Amino acid sequence: MTTLTSVPQAASAAPVAEPPARFRDLLASEWIKMRSLRSTRWTLVFIALFVVGSSAVASLADLDNLAKSGSDAPRVREFLCFDACPAAGYMTLMLVAGSIGAVTVVSEYSSGLIRTTSVAVPARHSVVLAKAVVVAAVWTVVGAIISTGAFLVSQAILSERHAGVSITHPGVARAMVASTLVAPVCALVGLGLGALIRHTAASMVATLFTLLMLPTLFSQSRQWSADINHMMVVSAWKRLVQSWEEIPGSSLIRDATVSGSWAVYALWPLIAVALAVVVVRHRDV
Amino acid sequence: MIEVNELTKRYGSKTAVDHLSFTVRPGQVTGFLGPNGAGKTTTLRMILGLDAPTGGGATVSGVPFRSHPRGLRHVGALLDANQVHGGRSAVAHLSALARSNGIPLRRVDEVLQEVGLADAATRRIGGFSLGMKQRLGIATALLGDPPVLMFDEPVNGMDPEGVLWMRRLFRRLAAEGRTVFLSSHLMSEMENTADRLVVIGRGRLIAAESVQDFAARGTRLSVVVGTQQAAELAAVLTAAGAAVEPEGSAGAEKLAVTGLPADRIAALAFENRILLNELTTRTASLEEAFMELTADSVEYLAGQPR
Repeated sequence: MTTLTSVPQAASAAPVAEPPARFRDLLASEWIKMRSLRSTRWTLVFIALFVVGSSAVASLADLDNLAKSGSDAPRVREFLCFDACPAAGYMTLMLVAGSIGAVTVVSEYSSGLIRTTSVAVPARHSVVLAKAVVVAAVWTVVGAIISTGAFLVSQAILSERHAGVSITHPGVARAMVASTLVAPVCALVGLGLGALIRHTAASMVATLFTLLMLPTLFSQSRQWSADINHMMVVSAWKRLVQSWEEIPGSSLIRDATVSGSWAVYALWPLIAVALAVVVVRHRDV
Repeated sequence: MIEVNELTKRYGSKTAVDHLSFTVRPGQVTGFLGPNGAGKTTTLRMILGLDAPTGGGATVSGVPFRSHPRGLRHVGALLDANQVHGGRSAVAHLSALARSNGIPLRRVDEVLQEVGLADAATRRIGGFSLGMKQRLGIATALLGDPPVLMFDEPVNGMDPEGVLWMRRLFRRLAAEGRTVFLSSHLMSEMENTADRLVVIGRGRLIAAESVQDFAARGTRLSVVVGTQQAAELAAVLTAAGAAVEPEGSAGAEKLAVTGLPADRIAALAFENRILLNELTTRTASLEEAFMELTADSVEYLAGQPR
């Protein structure tokens, strides 16, 4: 091509020296996106208060039971640390984490922002990965705050009857880790489904169905059905926060194993994010 | 420079873009014209790698756009001003984009200043007018100071002052040696902004040439002559090799003459002692040329049984 003589060539129009494409720039970008939405912030505060509150309610109810039954603290202690992990609170957390995880991706599609993003970052699978990392990090922090808060509140209440346990009590640390990680696990499952489905309402329904309704379709009464049930995130969480062991031979159905439940925690988000990455790379936006 | 080569996109049995080839050169504003549904946006999306072509390809500065891991320093694009998240402020939106490309955040203030949104920087985008969103979209495109810029219908929703500002901006960007590619379905907009035109209809190339050449190949140059001696003049002009047609309503005594320039017509009339009371050269407007050329390829004609 001939050089333009009549038009002064601005330095800016010449090929620019470009800094290397760094993944941490994408992380910073996704972090700005997440923290700049007020609705997300409020949702996180609300869900944290809700779970901690539901743990307080469960603990108060047990305190009441202990008072009525004439406190036999040591015998019920195993069960009482369950008050730090109330199912109603944590299932709501799963619901919220899954939905917000889905929204992180779907809101880009529904607003069309994904096109602006894809022009800025043509390596769009990297964007999905960056989103996954930020979502996982944020929900791990939120999950840790929630599980710690719920534990401290429940034990403070129960210690009134000397029914509290310490974090070193067998199974308690595991329950805390499992309750912390259930939030990022669900958020990543939601993110993956959001990237696959791209439609707000549909991905929301799919996420909630997968996380909370699907497990109820597989009863614990038959082995094959129980085996499928044990592959669900909510079942894995229940198994991991359960600090007592099943009495051997008490049931014909094998209980979920602890290691199997950790594997469930790892595989769901891994598969969801991997599918999202593959699909986003190949699909038109 | 943008090079499009045999680009084709089919959705099922419908062909949106059909073996389209053209080149957009740097240092000029190139208009991308076509009726609604002609395939302009689809073409832009394929150039940007958002949609995969069914056939053919497109390169920006010699390489497919998707081969860049980060894009803002290579191409600035405004496809649709509404492709933003209404819940964020302008500054958060631009900061996230800048950060993803390793662009220093002071550049965000610079582009907001440049497009006149500095005062609205911290307001939620959801409350912006379409004109403000267009300005934000242009700010996004300028963020990486790229050599190639693409805008899809950028003047939609702009007030007259904004349109004027935008025209000057496009001229300036081109004068800086950048490639400026501008789509519109409004011919009049291009008349004032573009140097060259790429015109498509039903996904096919209709013309790729300078604005002047395009206008000239539309309706042929004609001269309107008004006289009391219309019949006499018509005979003289026809004898001189012109095509003459009565113009306007009957009895208006006007003739539309093609094939002879105005000065020649005046000389002939003078020689034949015919008094003229009007002599007007009519250049085909770009709008007419556009309508004429795309008439066959309009996708959605009003009042047509479907």
